[in-house]
Amino acid sequence: MSDLKLPIYLDYSSTTPVDERVAEKMAGCLTKDGLFGNPASRSHSFGWNAEKAVENARGQVAQLVGADPKEIIWTSGATEADNLAIKGAAHFYQRKGKHIITVKTEHKAVLDTTRQLEREGFEVTYLGVKENGLVDMQELEDAMRDDTIVVSVMHVNNEIGVIQDIEAIGNLCRERGIVFHVDAAQSTGKVAIDLSKLPVDLMSFSAHKTYGPKGIGALFVRRKPRVRIEAQMHGGGHERGMRSGTLAPHQIVGMGEAFAIAGAEMGPELERVRMLRDRLWAGLDGMEEVYLNGDQEQRVAHNLNVSFNFVEGESLIMALRDIAVSSGSACTSASLEPSYVLRALGRDDELAHSSIRFSIGRYTTVEEIDHTVEIVRAAVAKLRELSPLWEMYQDGIDLSTVEWAAH
Amino acid sequence: MAYSDKVLDHYENPRNVGSFDKNDDTVGTGMVGAPACGDVMKLQIKVNDEGIIEDAKFKTYGCGSAIASSSLLTEWVRGKTLEEASQIKNTQIAEELALPPVKIHCSVLAEDAIKAAVSNYQERHGQAAEAEKKSA
Ligand SMILES: Cc1ncc(COP(=O)(O)O)c(C=O)c1O
Ligand code: FES
Repeated sequence: MSDLKLPIYLDYSSTTPVDERVAEKMAGCLTKDGLFGNPASRSHSFGWNAEKAVENARGQVAQLVGADPKEIIWTSGATEADNLAIKGAAHFYQRKGKHIITVKTEHKAVLDTTRQLEREGFEVTYLGVKENGLVDMQELEDAMRDDTIVVSVMHVNNEIGVIQDIEAIGNLCRERGIVFHVDAAQSTGKVAIDLSKLPVDLMSFSAHKTYGPKGIGALFVRRKPRVRIEAQMHGGGHERGMRSGTLAPHQIVGMGEAFAIAGAEMGPELERVRMLRDRLWAGLDGMEEVYLNGDQEQRVAHNLNVSFNFVEGESLIMALRDIAVSSGSACTSASLEPSYVLRALGRDDELAHSSIRFSIGRYTTVEEIDHTVEIVRAAVAKLRELSPLWEMYQDGIDLSTVEWAAH
Repeated sequence: MAYSDKVLDHYENPRNVGSFDKNDDTVGTGMVGAPACGDVMKLQIKVNDEGIIEDAKFKTYGCGSAIASSSLLTEWVRGKTLEEASQIKNTQIAEELALPPVKIHCSVLAEDAIKAAVSNYQERHGQAAEAEKKSA
């Protein structure tokens, strides 16, 4: 364990470091000797060269997801892509109807967008999920109405890593002529995506979850059959009028390179990451009262969302100082609420309070995983020693029968 | 969230973790909070014949500030009378631990816990005294 560097980063679902190869390409687009030109400049080679780099990157992004480059619109990230897709489609098709369907476990970039549309007079149905985190297809079908214009369901969930069946959902939408948007911020490089076959109309991407830079993303807007969206950002008419603003070649080139690497290396990378994830789970699973959140099978390889019963999440994070992980939780009276995603799975509030998300990535090592197992086991044991709930559990008391002094 | 050195110290080396037998006559038990809210604090006091708290123990399920608040409290109540112990204010705890505003309620929980432990002891002894009177 000689060259183990602390803290250990296990929060790749939150963001990833920029791959060195990507950083190098980006650096070539900034200074006077590089591709600093404005891609919209038509009158000189500085503009042309920058444009060439941008179009090359557009092709790289399109290739990873099986799209046509003309279907890729640059945005500042998945948040903006989600906004543009959902608001853009809702505004364009509002004469057809004002009903939108989405899911309770979506990212806030989707949920806050639909909340805004509700304030504008749209009606939104928020579907629950099954215990495994997946959408119930029958429930979705039942929620579809004649005036439903947009369905938005994420591909890979950022907290629990489950993969929704977007093909089946897309088929239901196609049959009814409903625009289907998918937030795929968490799936590039983690799950194969082929938009030449998938019945998806709009798809959001982000670079920084896939070893690219923060502040850049893209929206896929299908051309055949054509989907229309209303621009949310007005100005110089860039990106065929759908998203104005001078393009940022260094960001765009970074995203393109990152997606190209993801495409080229996905196979072996996923295998390695899955091996590490399984090793981590094997190390934790032996403990008592430890639960894996989200479907066991239909999930990405790098995510492990675990509830350690009778231990509170924030204090656990505190004990895990040497590893960087996420917990969506602190008691309900503090600023943080227990994760709304875990609550939507129907997990007890206690289990929602005691969850930790481990997400593994390109630079995670076996040594790091083994050390993590050690630290987590020790921390959970220590906090359980401190926990009155653990004591009651050990005494055979069913906590659900206890009358708690509410406060 | 950045924690104060004192919170970290109590969290790293919690004082007086454990339990007394809650059926022991000299023990008072206070349990406040609820698992669904993300915090449960159990505080126990052991009281001698003079009505002085000789010993105190705690167990807490909750954030680091809640753990530190209850740990600190077990130190503070030792040697105090029941009356003195129940006068400890959450603001004193919050000040000692330098808790930020979002963590003030963790100290409130500790204040509630000591009050509950004292009244549990008093109730049981009031009842015991009552019973003695009746049998006399
Ligand atoms: C599912 C999902 N959607 C959207 C976003 C936001 O992406 P960005 O940071 O690129 O705006 C994230 C990342 O936090 C995410 O995980
Ligand atoms: S007990 Fe609620 S945050 Fe500390």
